Amino acid sequence: MKKEVVIEVKDARVKEAINSFLESLLEKNLVSALLVPREVPSKDNVVQSLMTNSNGLKEVNVISPVLPVSSARIISEMTRLSSYKNPVGVVLRSCEIRALIELVKLKQASLDNLLIIGVDCLGTYSVSDYQNLCKQGNSPSDELLRKFKEGGEDTKLRKACQVCEYPIPSNADLVIGLIGVDFEKNILLKSGTEKGEKILENFSFLPVRACTQTGPEFNQSKREESVSKYLSKKIEKRDALFSEMKEETSGGWENLLSVFSTCINCHNCMRVCPLCYCRECFFESPTFEFGSEKYLLWAKRKGSIKMPRDTILFHLGRMSHMATSCVGCGLCEQACPSNIPLLKIFKMVSYKVQQIFKYVPGRDLEEPLPLTTFKEDELRSVGEE
Amino acid sequence: MANFEPKIVGFLCNWCTYAGADLAGTSRIQYPPNIRPIRVMCSGSVDSVYILRALLEGADGVFIGGCHPGDCHYVSGNYKERRRITVLKSILKSLGLDDGRVWIRWVSASEGKRYADSISEMTSHLKRLGPNPVSKYWSL
Ligand code: SF4
Ligand code: SF4
Repeated sequence: MKKEVVIEVKDARVKEAINSFLESLLEKNLVSALLVPREVPSKDNVVQSLMTNSNGLKEVNVISPVLPVSSARIISEMTRLSSYKNPVGVVLRSCEIRALIELVKLKQASLDNLLIIGVDCLGTYSVSDYQNLCKQGNSPSDELLRKFKEGGEDTKLRKACQVCEYPIPSNADLVIGLIGVDFEKNILLKSGTEKGEKILENFSFLPVRACTQTGPEFNQSKREESVSKYLSKKIEKRDALFSEMKEETSGGWENLLSVFSTCINCHNCMRVCPLCYCRECFFESPTFEFGSEKYLLWAKRKGSIKMPRDTILFHLGRMSHMATSCVGCGLCEQACPSNIPLLKIFKMVSYKVQQIFKYVPGRDLEEPLPLTTFKEDELRSVGEE
Repeated sequence: MANFEPKIVGFLCNWCTYAGADLAGTSRIQYPPNIRPIRVMCSGSVDSVYILRALLEGADGVFIGGCHPGDCHYVSGNYKERRRITVLKSILKSLGLDDGRVWIRWVSASEGKRYADSISEMTSHLKRLGPNPVSKYWSL
């Protein structure tokens, strides 16, 4: 049985209401530590931090609209060699959970003893936009909640978030619901698994069922309606982005060259991508170290060659390796020093690839990765060119 | 363009297509000399990056030869390659690039004729397409 309860919010202090729940998880010893987004002392960024007690919990802000690094990468780093022996709570956005599920399938992370707490994601700003908002003296979290409540479109959000069709976490043990919820009064807290359900047994939050009759107002069908409206808006925007991209790519190679003309081959996009898990990237291996004569040979063939070489090969090759699992987080684009519209390219290319195999990354732990499996009776036209 | 001779890079599985190519030779079947075969242990070992590398370096086409579905020496390499090629072709198409320069064919060790026919077909297809445009771009 799924449990759905509400956390009461006092004086519209959403962050504090969530934090007091997190605090009791630690105090009741339901988790031995928490991986949570926490404001840095300079107050202009929020980073994941592994907390073993509630000191500093005031600085925890799980609705902060910024995502410098995907926690999927962090959890992989922490659990790849050995999984946790005692429960550790990890507070994640949907894109982070989806990437984490993919990493578990790739044997790069373990979910053992993790309590995944997903939070409805209202979107994130780029790290620099977030920092600027802070410098102007605004609280980006408050502003985002306000804008969301008003229902206006926030065009300052990262492109990835503007077109994200999975703002509600799936595969979480617990979900903190904000979308379609009057979050200035109540927040939804929902179990997604048995593990999550057991946790909720330790609390005396009011069940959603009871809300309709007595006490705080909470309308479940209103949530569902708002969520589906919200999603269809996002999907519309995503499709608009795809058709934009389709037009832009009609120029073939020439277009591709112009999109990547400013790429400096720094490989930042690969380093931040939660799905680029290889310990040693093929594109940074000795395969790509050549002697001086080789460069001359290539140059002679075309008259001249661009240096550094192999930027387009890197991008196409990276796509061919990870497009089946791209979760559309857009961190590649955020990390790119040359402002290359990587999200648009990777999301579109990946979406098409994933559709072929009816695969949705992060949907189901049991679903095999498309490139590790096959069906005998499929893709018959391949091999008949 | 009349005397354009396409260059095809071929990745041929040791257990089937490579032997098929041998048979075509020993049976003296005539086919265009446009393919540069590379022997690989399985079509499933041909990563997309090798194919992309060949295309970006100016190969007019890439031919992958593997065992018929169900006949892979390593059980399932060809099935996996079939998925990989599907992914690669989809990526090329999404980016507005020609995926018709990449062919995969199942050719067994006894199908010398099928091998020769495949290369003839691909050669004339590429002649119609013309040279790979990548050689025009020094900045690629
Ligand atoms: S390619 Fe970009 S959008 Fe896709 S998962 Fe990697 S970082 Fe995220
Ligand atoms: S981060 Fe940007 S500049 Fe660096 S390799 Fe990726 S696309 Fe090129």
